[in-house]
Amino acid sequence: MIEISGVSKTYGTGKSRFLALDDVSVTIAQNEFFTLLGPSGCGKTTLLRVIAGFVDPTAGSVTMEGQDLLRSPPHHRPVNTVFQSYALFPHLTVRQNISFGLEMLGKPKDEIAQTVGEMMALVQMEQMADRETSQISGGQQQRVALARALAPKPKVLLLDEPLSALDFKLRKEMQIELKRLQTETGITFVFVTHDQEEALTMSDRIAVMNAGSIRQIGSPRDIYDHPAERFVADFIGDTNFLPVEVLSSEGTEAQVRLGSGQRIAARAGDGREGGGVTLAVRPEHARIVPEAEGLAAGRLSNLVYFGTDTHYHVDLDDGTRFVVRAQNNPDMFQHAAQGDRVGIAFPGGVGQVLRD
Amino acid sequence: MARATGFDIRRQYGFTTIAAICFISLYLPVILLVVYSFNAGSSVAIWEGFSLRWYASAWANEQVQEATVRSLIIAFWAALISTSAAVLAALATTRVRPYRGYSAVFATINQPLMVPEIVTAVALLIFFAGIKVQTGYTGLGYLVIAHSAFCIPFAYLPIRARLQGMDLTLEQAASDLYASPFQVFRRITLPQLWPGILAGAMLAFVISLDDVVITEFVKSAGQDTLPTYMLGQLRRVVTPEVNAISTVLLGISVTMVIAFFFVSRIRK
Repeated sequence: MIEISGVSKTYGTGKSRFLALDDVSVTIAQNEFFTLLGPSGCGKTTLLRVIAGFVDPTAGSVTMEGQDLLRSPPHHRPVNTVFQSYALFPHLTVRQNISFGLEMLGKPKDEIAQTVGEMMALVQMEQMADRETSQISGGQQQRVALARALAPKPKVLLLDEPLSALDFKLRKEMQIELKRLQTETGITFVFVTHDQEEALTMSDRIAVMNAGSIRQIGSPRDIYDHPAERFVADFIGDTNFLPVEVLSSEGTEAQVRLGSGQRIAARAGDGREGGGVTLAVRPEHARIVPEAEGLAAGRLSNLVYFGTDTHYHVDLDDGTRFVVRAQNNPDMFQHAAQGDRVGIAFPGGVGQVLRD
Repeated sequence: MARATGFDIRRQYGFTTIAAICFISLYLPVILLVVYSFNAGSSVAIWEGFSLRWYASAWANEQVQEATVRSLIIAFWAALISTSAAVLAALATTRVRPYRGYSAVFATINQPLMVPEIVTAVALLIFFAGIKVQTGYTGLGYLVIAHSAFCIPFAYLPIRARLQGMDLTLEQAASDLYASPFQVFRRITLPQLWPGILAGAMLAFVISLDDVVITEFVKSAGQDTLPTYMLGQLRRVVTPEVNAISTVLLGISVTMVIAFFFVSRIRK
């Protein structure tokens, strides 16, 4: 559907030269919920603005269904944007905002009225049709911005952190709502966020970006369970990093030796063998065991209670900090207290070998 | 009351005295002018009781009537032309990517603020004299053109400030919703810009209404505006009639400037 290939964007010249996008290539499929995820300044919004037409890339090409998008000005591209600030027109009512795109396309009046009615029903804003945009709440503004962008029935909807201004509860509701809308309308969504949980719950595929380039593309489960590199593992979810030595590697299977001398099976990174590497282990995949039974041993330095679960912070003997997350349930065996010596263990195959 | 912490200029020795002197020297002459416009006698220095006779006399004076109408016509056209030019200039200096020579363009637009008025006046006198000889035209057009030119920066600055304060994403959102650049301007930029345009036009109007130097040099015979008529009167005999006209002008200016202040503060 959208093919982005070799797109770079530099700002400034000489010493102040800044590479916002560094040779980015990605293909977004029809009817996909595609998320660009990364810390602020990673280039995700710039990439979105390249697709929308507000930023001209320095190099590369963007095509949509075989058509060169970069030749068209923004108002000729069949994409609509939901802006982070919503950018609702302050001098127009809710209804006038939603019908703006259709009017600009020169649609007949009755068709506009009908589509706008549908859109207001879709986002449940019928009661507010004639309100000024300054008279409605943040969540309602967000829904109007969404309806305004959906009304012209674009092939692709670009969303620039549209949920970041909402409070926690509303954000949760809108996440489900957005996913529902995307499935119902069949429109391709390109969603920009720095919130990893938002990305994991809504996306079909995620592209994790850092410093202007895409570090990994995959399904939420892929990205979470098999991060390709330390940055991705660290950015998405919590991760323990253990220094290990790769003993053997075959296909996706690897044998590694931990600092304690214990051996365990792990998922191999692509084609890396020998030498010192890192093993990434998710806190929820590990458990606390008696010292003698552990893959590594250390002192339990802290217990942090989170309601649904507890985090055990273990200072391993080689100096690394290891976190174990265990779900709290009433008959849980209280086997350790702060200051105790304990072991940590995790099943073979859950750890991911990473290059640094 | 002074705040407990921080710097407060009012606590500096002599501040109040200096401020008082400044305000008195600014406003005392104006207040005296206004007071003597109501003088029953024909002196501008000896008070002989309250009367509106000089207002009545000015109102009935045909020369004053003609000069007033002329002033208003010139100010109207000057405000219209200079504001239109200023809108275009403001768009051209805010809705572009930064380019080499931007500061030079900005300075050029604001030329009338920097070049001494007398220099412009002499230059225009010579320039228009040539055209008058060539074409034989001696109408109000010269004054309108001259006033339009020096009013541009006064109209330009509030409009530019308004444009700079506007949220650019609104214009991006409109073009994202298929509005052509002209439609973006018509439907999104202009409706939000009008308080700036109105403010600029009012400022230009007041500046034009008030001008003496350029008008005095450029005008043809029998083209007195209100200020140049008053100047002419003062050369002969000074009566409180001039005070009365000044007071009315003052009233108009103050009203417009107050309106300018409120219009330029409209948020939407």
